[in-house]
Amino acid sequence: MTAAFALSDVTLGYGRHPAVHHLTGSFATGSLTAVVGPNGSGKTTLLKGLAGLLAPLDGRLDRNGLGRRDIAYLPQQAEIDRSFPISVIETVLLGHWRTIGLFRPVTRILRRQAEHALMAVGLDGFARRPIASLSAGQFQRVLFARMLLQDCPVILLDEPFTAIDAKTMADLLRVVVGWHGEGRTVIAVLHDLDQVRENFPDSLLIAREPIAWGATTEVLRAEHLFRARQMAEAWDDRAEICRRSVA
Amino acid sequence: MDPYAEFIQPFIEFGFMRRALVACLALSLGCGPVGILLVLRRMSLVGDALSHAVLPGAAIGFMIAGLSLVVMSLGGFIAGLAVAVLSGLVARVTPQREDASFAAFYLISLALGVLIVSTQGSNVDLMHVLFGTILAVDDASLLLVVSIATLTLIVLAVIGRGLIVECFDPGFLRAVGGPGAALHFAFLVLVVMNLVAGFHALGTLMAVGLMMLPAAAARFWAGQVATLAAASSVIAFVSGYAGLLLSYHANLPSGPAIILVAGGVYIVSVVAGPRGSLWARFLPRRHLEA
Repeated sequence: MTAAFALSDVTLGYGRHPAVHHLTGSFATGSLTAVVGPNGSGKTTLLKGLAGLLAPLDGRLDRNGLGRRDIAYLPQQAEIDRSFPISVIETVLLGHWRTIGLFRPVTRILRRQAEHALMAVGLDGFARRPIASLSAGQFQRVLFARMLLQDCPVILLDEPFTAIDAKTMADLLRVVVGWHGEGRTVIAVLHDLDQVRENFPDSLLIAREPIAWGATTEVLRAEHLFRARQMAEAWDDRAEICRRSVA
Repeated sequence: MDPYAEFIQPFIEFGFMRRALVACLALSLGCGPVGILLVLRRMSLVGDALSHAVLPGAAIGFMIAGLSLVVMSLGGFIAGLAVAVLSGLVARVTPQREDASFAAFYLISLALGVLIVSTQGSNVDLMHVLFGTILAVDDASLLLVVSIATLTLIVLAVIGRGLIVECFDPGFLRAVGGPGAALHFAFLVLVVMNLVAGFHALGTLMAVGLMMLPAAAARFWAGQVATLAAASSVIAFVSGYAGLLLSYHANLPSGPAIILVAGGVYIVSVVAGPRGSLWARFLPRRHLEA
């Protein structure tokens, strides 16, 4: 089985302080993996590393020839200006970036595809609405429609279902499972363990250090979850240089 | 009152009024969209900072070559750009935010400018740099202002999509590998260019007024980037036209007259514009069926 991402002894972090410490393993192509762990355990950092937005402090992260444009990355909402005067359809059309880039025109075919993507996430008739008028759940649907258009073999989702209603969550989860069915590699940071057990065949449990990685039924066992909760959140300003041998 | 004599004749009768009107039109076309993008990027005060940063460059240009349009423009452009680049560099390389680094560098630049101006005593020509001389815009200045407006519109047409995405969702642009930093810098170049165009007509103190006031007012009239930019340009030109007439009939300095009219339009917009104004807030209409 090929791997979309192969990590060997990867350490990711900020200013020499590790947030993800010595992670080794791989995300198989076409796998559907949930990344779980307590707050501050390095889940977001790991996703940034996989997306190529953060270079590893140490170790090797092999993307198997995947470029930036092959990876769709949905960050937590913080960076998007939701009061910006832009319409739903324009936002979704950005998913065509690989085709249109900075300069190329939006053709009628591309526009129709965007309308189909809106329909697929249950936002029929919202095309001309300004995004400022959407609820948090509706806006998340828009971002999923944009990812549908991006049509990437690898999809990274950072807490995609936080602060949205049950109906929206169910609809979007169906989209995620659909991606898995199409053979795409999907990696999602999640908090709801029941949801993970039901829908995600694989899991990675991290608490700064990897606790367990593999089949979800194996990973989400009580002893692993207990160990994850013991994680120390604070870093030490006078920490020694890490001398753990590279595997 | 004869409307023709009041509103049209001054522009027919006097060449300097005609040139001033054309300069206003060109300024409005360039400053309208640039101002809107500044507001959307939450950089309204950066425009202000950059307009002050232009001063020492223009003053040094004046010291070197006298009242030379080209040298003063070039000096102002270089000084403005230097402040933009240094502030951007500090913000990207250190943890300091861009608003703080902009404030620091523009104050240094402004102090330098005031120092140079004061060594020149009460030089009348230099006062024109500070307070503007739209009624004395000659053909060469007009050509410069119109060229800058044309170039601005062309550049915006080419990189507009990138600028909007970089502002709306910078994380997305980074994730798809878009040139975020290059777009940001290109935009700052546009801002400085339009401020240089503005200072010929309105002076370095007032140049930013025709950029920011119409943009701030447009928010109460339109709801999309394109319509906002158009509304902003229209408001800027109407302010220019009305300000020129005001200055002609009441014998007032033209720069402040134009900016004050724009300020009046802004206040009217806040009170009575169709979108989110005080009027819409306190005298709401009945709600709809769906």
